[in-house]
Formats: sequence, C-alpha cells, structure tokens
Amino acid sequence: MITKDEVEHVGWLARIEIDEQDADTYATHLNTVLEYFGQLDEVDTENVDPTYHVADVVNVFREDVVTESLTQEEALGNTKSKQDGHFKAPKIM
Amino acid sequence: MSKAKWMGISKVRENIAASSSEEVTASYLDTISKSKINGYVTINEGAIARAQDIDNGKEGKGHDGVLAGVPIAIKDNISTKGIQTTCSSKILQGYVPPYNAHVIERLLDAGAVILGKTNMDEFAMGTSTESSHYGTTLNPWDHERVPGGSSGGSAAVVAAGEAPISLGSDTGGSVRCPAAFCGVVGLKPTYGGISRYGLISYANSLEQIGPIATNVSDIATIMDVIGGHDLRDSTSIRQEIAYQDSLVDDVSGLKIGVPDEYFAEGIDEGVEKSVWAAIQKFEDMGATWEKVSMPHTKYALPAYYVTAMSEASSNLARFDGTRYGHVEQGENWHVMASRTRAKGFGEEVKRRILLGTYALSAGYHDKYYLKALKVRTLVKQDFDKALSNVDVLMAPTMPAPAFKIGEKIEDPLALYLTDVNTVPINLAGVPSISMPCGLVDGLPVGLQIIGKHFDESTIMRAAYSFEQNTDHLTKRPAGVE
Repeated sequence: MITKDEVEHVGWLARIEIDEQDADTYATHLNTVLEYFGQLDEVDTENVDPTYHVADVVNVFREDVVTESLTQEEALGNTKSKQDGHFKAPKIM
Repeated sequence: MSKAKWMGISKVRENIAASSSEEVTASYLDTISKSKINGYVTINEGAIARAQDIDNGKEGKGHDGVLAGVPIAIKDNISTKGIQTTCSSKILQGYVPPYNAHVIERLLDAGAVILGKTNMDEFAMGTSTESSHYGTTLNPWDHERVPGGSSGGSAAVVAAGEAPISLGSDTGGSVRCPAAFCGVVGLKPTYGGISRYGLISYANSLEQIGPIATNVSDIATIMDVIGGHDLRDSTSIRQEIAYQDSLVDDVSGLKIGVPDEYFAEGIDEGVEKSVWAAIQKFEDMGATWEKVSMPHTKYALPAYYVTAMSEASSNLARFDGTRYGHVEQGENWHVMASRTRAKGFGEEVKRRILLGTYALSAGYHDKYYLKALKVRTLVKQDFDKALSNVDVLMAPTMPAPAFKIGEKIEDPLALYLTDVNTVPINLAGVPSISMPCGLVDGLPVGLQIIGKHFDESTIMRAAYSFEQNTDHLTKRPAGVE
C-alpha cells in the first residue's frame, strides 16, 4: 500500500506538485494499479535474465565527424526565458 | 468540392495527374474544415504552398517521388519542423520543433504533403484519445464512441476520408487499436525497423512509428519510404525489407498459430466469431492453422505497464519549463518545475509518471521494475517458441469493438485491461498488422496478424491475400464513400 505521505514524496522525486487533497485521490488510484502489478509475484523468475530492450545491437558507434546541427537561435527558439545565448532558469540551490 | 471518400495512394496520384496536388490537397482541407470528429490538433498552414511547389517541380527530389503531392496526416508526437507539435498536451502547447523526425525527412523527400498533426492520447498514454488536452476524437463509425488510441486521430481521419494515409506510433497497441476501432489497416513494425529520431519518447524500448491506411498496398508503399537504418537512432537496425514485393496473393502452405490466451474470458462474442471466420477463410485459401500456447500472456499486461511507466518517468523528465512549452513561476527551479509539471500534464500522464517513479525508487526497483523486465523475457520466449513452429500468429486486435466515450476513462485499470492482446507484441518487439475482418453491430473488428522479427514480408503477404479475397475493406462509415 502506498500512503499519502509516500505519494507526496514520489511527487517530489518526479517534480510534480501535489496538494493534500490530490494526494488522497492519487493514493487510491495508485494503489489499485499497484495491487494489479502484484500479480507479477506469481511468476517464477528465478534464473531469468531481464530484457531491457529487444533490438539485437550492442555498443553502436559511428565515425566522429562534424555534421550540421541546430543554430543557437533555433535551439533557443522555444524558450520563454533566455540570456546571452543560454537558457535562463531560476536558481537551483 | 466532392464528398469525403476513401482513396488509396494510387487513386490520389491519378487525381493529382488529372488535376494537381494543390487541388487534391485543397479538397482534403475542405473536408477537414467541415469535420465533426476533431481528428486534427493542428492544420499545416503551409500545405497548399507545399503542394504548389510539388506541382511546379520546385522540389527536385519530391517531384518524382512515390508520394509526389500525396497528402498525409501525422500523429502529434512526431516532430515536424515549423509545425506545432504538442503530443496533445498542454505542456507542449505552442512548441514548434526546429527539426524534422527521420520519417518526416523521408516522407518529404518522397514528395508527401503534410495536412496536419493528429489528435492522440496525451503523450500516447491511453487507448481512447480521451486523455488529449484538445478534446476527444470521435469514432467516424459512431460519434458516441472512442476511435481507440493512442493514435486515435491518425486512424479516425483516414476512416473519415480526411487523409488518405497517416502515421501513428505504437507503444502497446497505439496504431493497431485505433486501426481496429476505425476499420482501417495499421502496422506496428519490428522494433528497430523505423528510426525513432524525432519521435517524442514515451516508452523508448517498446515504441515504433507505424503507418495507417485504407488498404494493405499503401502500408507497403509508406514502409518502403520510411523504413530502414538511421544512425541517429542507436536501436535502428540494418535490415532491408522489400515491402512492395510482399504483396502477393498466395497463402498456400502458410502455417498459422492461434493462441488460446488471446481469446480469453470476457472477449466479445461477435469479435470472436469474426476472427475465427477470418482464420477459416485463410484455411479455404490454402493455409493451415493450429492452436499454440503462450502461457505468460496474462502477465504481459502488468509487465508492460510497469516497464512503460518506468521509462515514461525518465523520458518525460525533460518537460520542466526551461527549454520549451508551458511554464509556471516559482521562487526556485524545483518549485518552478514542479508547478509547471503539475499544471502542464494531464491526470493520466501524472499518474503514470508517479507510478513509474515509484517503481524505480529505492526499495521498489527490484519488486516492480526488475521483476517486469524478467517477465518480459518469459513473454518474449513464448513468442520465440510459438513462432518457431508456425509462420504467423492470428488473434483479435482488441477483445471488443469501440466502447462509448466516457465509459472507461474514470477507471484507469479498466482502460489498461483493454490492451491485453496488443501489449505482448511490443514486449517481444515483433511486427503485427491489424486489418478489418468484419462488423459487429455496425462497428469494425480488427484481425491481428503477428510475425517473426523482421518478417514483415510474411504478415504483409497474409494481409494482402486476405484483402484480395474478402470484401471487409470495402465497408466504410456512414457519409463516407
């Protein structure tokens, strides 16, 4: 069971603001789904390797050559806050 | 202007030859402007100018391409340079990509004209297109029903004659489900078959871009254009498939496997009958079938959702209000980002990010995430085993026809359960095509034909043969010719 406090903690980890009232609703919805996920415990996975992806490729390399890329103007074209050719964000610390 | 109608690529090209791409494009834009189904989020303001350039031969490469002047609709999670791309989310409202996805570069090189961006479940998270910030898309067969999802707009506009062809993306059934619900053809290619460069990620180990059309040949034409290797996607695989060459009307000797688990309790009786009638038809055409067992199918759904949500929690971390999209104010970065995400994401997206974050967090990683990945291995082994004895698998795409708008959206788990027959395919990474195989109470039923890795040729051949020998693809929604 995920508690209301845990919902708020996960909200912080995910950087999604959750108020008191919403935390209750999320806890209910999340618990329904987590309970369903609990079915996975029925499966014996002793000595089974995990599958992270199914593409039959390992360590994909390419030649280290310079190619055309976005201009600074294009890269900054969608931000609402920029300065001197950089994205500008509020203080982090 | 003429009435909305289904036109394959060859008919569209005939019409272009007889008039112009400008005229054909204008006719589609006119149909769209009168539409009631809300299939598009954004119309490409440059569509007519692009069509004129093709007509005037200004586009050197596109002029003689296989899609020269042919209009196409694009799901709103595929980056289109200069055309707003929102993933049907408030958080990306106003975002205009500065570059094209790989598939868009390929389509433009082949001469295609983008009509607009189609509605979808927000960030492709859903089975009904109801989670879009821009309103639900209506099913052209019955406006009270959902078109399926998450590529609901892409399937609905093709079924409604508002585009001849479209692109969707399929993470757990998002091309096949709406294709089934809207009575059109949709392909989820083998994982690695099409570059994901420029596809806005939801669950990157599962998703593939896929085409939607009114006939099997058009799927082949689009795949020949957009398939193949691209250095910019490190999971893109060097594997050339000649899709056109697989359009052969012959299934003699084809071995079909029918997994019992895909006809599980709760399946709609009409759907079951239609799919068995299709399998019977294949037998009449010279194929053979046998039952196969895929014992881990039941666990594919929870394994899929744990994996998809975990990947989503990481992939959607980039939407923090700094570089693009919606932004809220806050005294520091954490508050700014937390408020931006609280206000910018819809409820289902937030639920999935929270569940994914939880599944990856200290103390729960092994219980949920690692466990799901191990179950994924077992699901994949089910496919390897079943497909070592037969050429293709056949099953219903969806366990029931399109449900009513509002019927399931309040109960997330009930909605997840409808994906039971589509998500195992993404876990295994194999290709699967959905095509119409009948109507139940006036609503289309989808037959799913599943193949081995990179054996699209065989499922396309089966689909083409079925199309040539049945009349299912002549059925259209009311009001569409």
